[in-house]
Amino acid sequence: MDLLPIFQSIEESGIGRAVRESVWAFAVIESIHLIALTMMGGAALLVDLRLLNLGLKQRPTAELAADASRFFNAGLIVLIISGYGLFASEAVKCYYSSAFTVKISTLVVATIFAYAFRNRVARAAEGHFGNGTRAMVAITSMALWFVVAAAGRWIGFSG
Amino acid sequence: MSLLPFCEWLASTSGSIALHESLFMYPLVESVHVLTLCLFVGMTMVLDLRLTGLALKKVPVGEVVERTQPWMFLGFAVMVVSGVLLFYAIPVRSYQNIFFRLKVVFLIIAGVNALMFHTGIFKTVSTWGRELQPPSRARMAGIASLVLWAGVIVTGRMIAYNWFDCDKPQPGWVQVVTGCSYEQR
Repeated sequence: MDLLPIFQSIEESGIGRAVRESVWAFAVIESIHLIALTMMGGAALLVDLRLLNLGLKQRPTAELAADASRFFNAGLIVLIISGYGLFASEAVKCYYSSAFTVKISTLVVATIFAYAFRNRVARAAEGHFGNGTRAMVAITSMALWFVVAAAGRWIGFSG
Repeated sequence: MSLLPFCEWLASTSGSIALHESLFMYPLVESVHVLTLCLFVGMTMVLDLRLTGLALKKVPVGEVVERTQPWMFLGFAVMVVSGVLLFYAIPVRSYQNIFFRLKVVFLIIAGVNALMFHTGIFKTVSTWGRELQPPSRARMAGIASLVLWAGVIVTGRMIAYNWFDCDKPQPGWVQVVTGCSYEQR
């Protein structure tokens, strides 16, 4: 199935047109996207560093994870909404952009990983998972989000 | 005193030209700059949210500072190095860019705010660090920091736009603020 018609209709949608035709909209949404990235990335790093036994060591990981999750969730929601606005304004360009393909596929994997695996390990009782498992989860999480963000930045540089 | 001649000289150096014209180096440096936001501003936000009483309420403030500071410093170092490189690649345009100038102003105020916090209310953190809601001076410092760093991010992102660049007709106030009017190239 070819997805091009879907991308085209998104580009021609009200949101797509509005963002594309406004002078300021793209820049403003992009700034919101970056601030949300900071919030989500910071919350993710806080827990990932704790899983690596770096950072706030004196606190149970579960407590930190519970505290950070509000900001992680809020950041992710704002990122997805603002990201859709940016995407809609240039959906066809994104269709042909390999950076975009990499970003979205990794985003799906990273999100599933975060909620299905990382949460379980981060919120488990202290000592339930060994240091090796915790480190693997943390490094995988950081690597996945790094690829999402880096590939996202690359959409702007390509084509 | 104008920094324009210095920026022009900087732009003429071979390193600046190489970075400016490179296919991958400039995008790579810029990506590093953007992604390190998560580490530097991300960790700063964690502390600010604790100071405003919005997150990590059960963790003493002193402990949050102690544990996030190494990462903050690391992130800040990467930010400064990559940021200087980005400026080095495009010195003249950045210097005369209204958003770049605003960003520098935000950076200075954010720095002063951090300095005032660390030399002021933070000195007595052992007496209030365990409170769920820190004293108002600490909360103010946290709120100011959140707003100022958001300002740095937004103005930083806007540097990419040429709406107020000197090479097109601009209203008088823009010419003054960007230095276009009295500093001809």
